[in-house]
Amino acid sequence: MSTVAILTTGVANVASVAAAFHRLGTEPVTAETPEAVERADRLVVPGVGAFGAAMDRLHGLGLVAPLRKRIEAGRPTLAICLGMQILFESSEESPGCEGLGVASGVVGAFPGGVRSPHFGWNRVHPRPGPGTIEPGHYYFANSFRVAHHPAGWDAAWCEHGGAFLAAVTRGGVLACQFHPELSGTLGQSLIGEWLARSDQW
Amino acid sequence: MVTKRVIPCLDVAEGRVVKGVRFTSLRDCGDPAALAEEYMNSGADELVMLDVSATDEGRATALETVAAIRERLAIPLTVGGGVRSVSDAERLLEAGADKVSVNSAAVADPAILTEIADRLGRQCAVVAIDARKCHDGWTVLVRSGKDDARRDAVAFAVQAVEAGAGEVLLTSWDRDGTGEGYDLDLLRAVSRAVHVPVIASGGAKDARHMAEAFLAGADAVLAASIFHDREARVWDIKDELAGFGVTVRL
Repeated sequence: MSTVAILTTGVANVASVAAAFHRLGTEPVTAETPEAVERADRLVVPGVGAFGAAMDRLHGLGLVAPLRKRIEAGRPTLAICLGMQILFESSEESPGCEGLGVASGVVGAFPGGVRSPHFGWNRVHPRPGPGTIEPGHYYFANSFRVAHHPAGWDAAWCEHGGAFLAAVTRGGVLACQFHPELSGTLGQSLIGEWLARSDQW
Repeated sequence: MVTKRVIPCLDVAEGRVVKGVRFTSLRDCGDPAALAEEYMNSGADELVMLDVSATDEGRATALETVAAIRERLAIPLTVGGGVRSVSDAERLLEAGADKVSVNSAAVADPAILTEIADRLGRQCAVVAIDARKCHDGWTVLVRSGKDDARRDAVAFAVQAVEAGAGEVLLTSWDRDGTGEGYDLDLLRAVSRAVHVPVIASGGAKDARHMAEAFLAGADAVLAASIFHDREARVWDIKDELAGFGVTVRL
């Protein structure tokens, strides 16, 4: 069985992500070099922290080009929370900082008048199609979100001060704004399905 | 819309779950990892673990307890108790926490919240405020309720959020462990003053108390005794909450 590598470029809740894979019977390894990102059969990009700081670290470690390449190619990659946001061109969180730009558009703040951070379980509405995400409640912890549909990606939606992207998929890439590793049995099944499906890519 | 959360709290001392009244008279309530899994399976939206160890050895075992809980837990885990620095917070995250709550150290210097938010993200930084009613509002208590910091709890909540806290865990010292219901006036005052989620804590005996807290502005409710004593399962509480018109994850 092919391996799972977790990108560990900074402090994130890597332990929670690793524990989710343990429960699925997989022992993930860590990846922090361009070679490891290129080599990984399956790569997890967890993310907490700020957009700009995350991109700075990726640049510093020479990971921007290899990440772009594997995502463009649709190789099995699971991007979580901030890991999803950095796929886009930029974010209002860190003006002037470029993201990976493999998905079009800008990550924005929630509108005024709703609680932010958006903390907790919220309902996800998938669009029917291949790689469908099971509808139901998933756990979110985000202050920024994407409110448009990036061309070329399948999308699932959520609602908090207007509709925003809960997840996007393309090829073997699954990018979630929510935390599948913290979303109970639904999240656990989603990770399990990504693992199983990623054998096809 | 985001659902209202029900959060069982595990007070852990020397590797065991304990619970007291007004922060004292602790009694043993079981193994943390086993209880954590039980609560997850019975519908908990999230868990909070507070290390209330009295000794250094006890505090050292807290990291092992966090790791043991993490292996079984597929929902968010907030850990607090004795967090004094960003490196304390990082160690807890490495062990398996998703968020870290800071109490006394944030009262001494709110900059610790800024540092945690900058390094680990605002969603990791929870300020835990222990508030006690006084003649003209609520005062902040520190050191597990032993000392009065002589600070207004509402003003401190605002300051903590400005510093970087992404969530407020608001405990009423007066109500803790009493089963008399949450301090709703305190809850109203704080949830109006800040834009981040507020977790109500201290005093819950049943679903009605929790529904009252949600009406008063809480985004989540914390409870310990009613779950430890098996007075209610989390699903039963959430069913009742749904009956009161509260949007919960069922």
